[in-house]
Amino acid sequence: MAKQLFNQPSPLETRVVSKNFAIEGSETLDVYLKNDGYKAFLKAKEMTPEAIVEEVKTSSLRGRGGAGFPTGLKWSFVPRTSPKPRVIVINADESEPGTCKDRLLMEYDPHQLIEGILIAGLAVDAHKGYLYIRGEYRYLIEKMDRAIDEAYAKGYLGKNVAGTGFEFDLCTHSGAGAYECGEETALLDSLEGKRGVPRMKPPFPAVAGAWALPTLLNNVETFSAVPAIIRDGGAAFAALGTPKNGGTRLVCISGHVNKPGVYELPLGFPMMKAINEVAGGIPGGKKLKAVVPGGSSCPILKADECDIPMDYDTLAKVGSMLGSGGMVVLDETTDMVRFALRIMKFYAHESCGWCIPCREGTTWLKKILQRFYEGQGRREDISLLGELSKNMLGRTFCALGDAAALPTISIVEKFTEDFEMYLARQEVMV
Amino acid sequence: MTFSPQLEERFAKMLTRYPEGRTRSAVVPMLIYGQDEVGAVTKELIEEIARRCKVTPLQVDEVVGYYSMLHRKPQGKFHVQVCTNISCQLVGGEELYEHAKKKLGLGHKETSADGLFSLEEVECMGACSWAPAVEINYDFHHFVTPEKLDQLIDGLRKAH
Repeated sequence: MAKQLFNQPSPLETRVVSKNFAIEGSETLDVYLKNDGYKAFLKAKEMTPEAIVEEVKTSSLRGRGGAGFPTGLKWSFVPRTSPKPRVIVINADESEPGTCKDRLLMEYDPHQLIEGILIAGLAVDAHKGYLYIRGEYRYLIEKMDRAIDEAYAKGYLGKNVAGTGFEFDLCTHSGAGAYECGEETALLDSLEGKRGVPRMKPPFPAVAGAWALPTLLNNVETFSAVPAIIRDGGAAFAALGTPKNGGTRLVCISGHVNKPGVYELPLGFPMMKAINEVAGGIPGGKKLKAVVPGGSSCPILKADECDIPMDYDTLAKVGSMLGSGGMVVLDETTDMVRFALRIMKFYAHESCGWCIPCREGTTWLKKILQRFYEGQGRREDISLLGELSKNMLGRTFCALGDAAALPTISIVEKFTEDFEMYLARQEVMV
Repeated sequence: MTFSPQLEERFAKMLTRYPEGRTRSAVVPMLIYGQDEVGAVTKELIEEIARRCKVTPLQVDEVVGYYSMLHRKPQGKFHVQVCTNISCQLVGGEELYEHAKKKLGLGHKETSADGLFSLEEVECMGACSWAPAVEINYDFHHFVTPEKLDQLIDGLRKAH
């Protein structure tokens, strides 16, 4: 019997980070070693740290956690010769609504992630890594613990990694339920045993991160892409995508589609093709209304804006983001007031309360949307939602304020008719 | 306060993981694993973790309110968490949560009188492509329908 996967693969995928997912026993070191495992690490061991960073730059890999920052550039910021020891922190606090990909990378290919972390260790001369996994993913903490134990037992972690004399220690660290801890500096505070509130930047984590040590912090998928980049070359990875948008990424398709799932697609893959062919189209022959392209923080796109290639630059051009790869598809029956309310309930719940524009703004927006949804909306609320959101933009410590404001602004502006419909219904009731 | 041998071993390991003098880092993981065994974050648990991590009880106490998975009162033996965030909402997550409320006779963060079940409407759990999703304790359930939820709950009730 074939391995039972979360969803059936699509023939339209380009499998790089997910290439081992369907292999029986892919979570074990033996199977990993049989499938190119540790070729990249051994190759990297023969390279200079500068050459490793250069290779990652060539790949044009960009952070897969949400911000899309060029990975090689981030690595180059870590002061390799600092007298302080460097540490690596892996962000597995996957919590952006619409996003469920890091789960699969840890579940099906934990050793690929470990190898990616080890290569980063070579690049920045770090010897210690902390894998911060959200508390809800307890079964994955256990899976990663088992993979780490196996790697230690077989000499792929510890004092003499793969017989090369390189030393590296890795452990998991459990979160306990907080979206905000996906923000890198809040994650660091949480890792230090505090409330997960964001830090003032600068200093950036590369200079003073966990325990004030120079810290390299990337998302699970970002690290997982590194072995392929080193093994096959940065140029080969880059060539899979479009210029400046290298490689492939895991796209989590959810919402109103026939075949929701996580699919690995090259950067620049057409969005409509992803919806209609990869994910099997919209059920019941209904029409597309909107798409959240990369997790709930991203401005929403109307159906007529979705005929675009999915890459960072094109998404930026249409005023949105690729974010964390969480693509949520909405059909024509979707009530945008209800949808906007659910988004805002989330941000109001998850705002850490550290800074006022976010703490108060999200709660006010939630209250306004709530009364609208309950049939108590006022005409001026429509513009109030937009103005209030715009006043939050850029005025908060971290990106959570923007993450709440941006989708709201886009929904109110692009789907004003949904709000108008609520007002019209109220008038009829009176 | 002592814990099971397995948890003692885990705690001992946790305290050695962080750079020297940084045992405070173990506070959050120790709280969540400790809570799983004790049933809730009690005053004794806070004091014990503070002692082991070499911080004040207040430094432990102040993080408890921040993290949504930490709770000071015991939850049900089976903690039913229903996600209603966007990906789940679009495919019936809110209706599923309403169904769970009726089925269990509980509201948000309420625990049944017999201590068997508790219910919580939760934020995104990372199961968006397999929505609607429910997590019971640490077990994920995907593509959950009201019928499937009934079966799950009845099964747990019977097995108990």
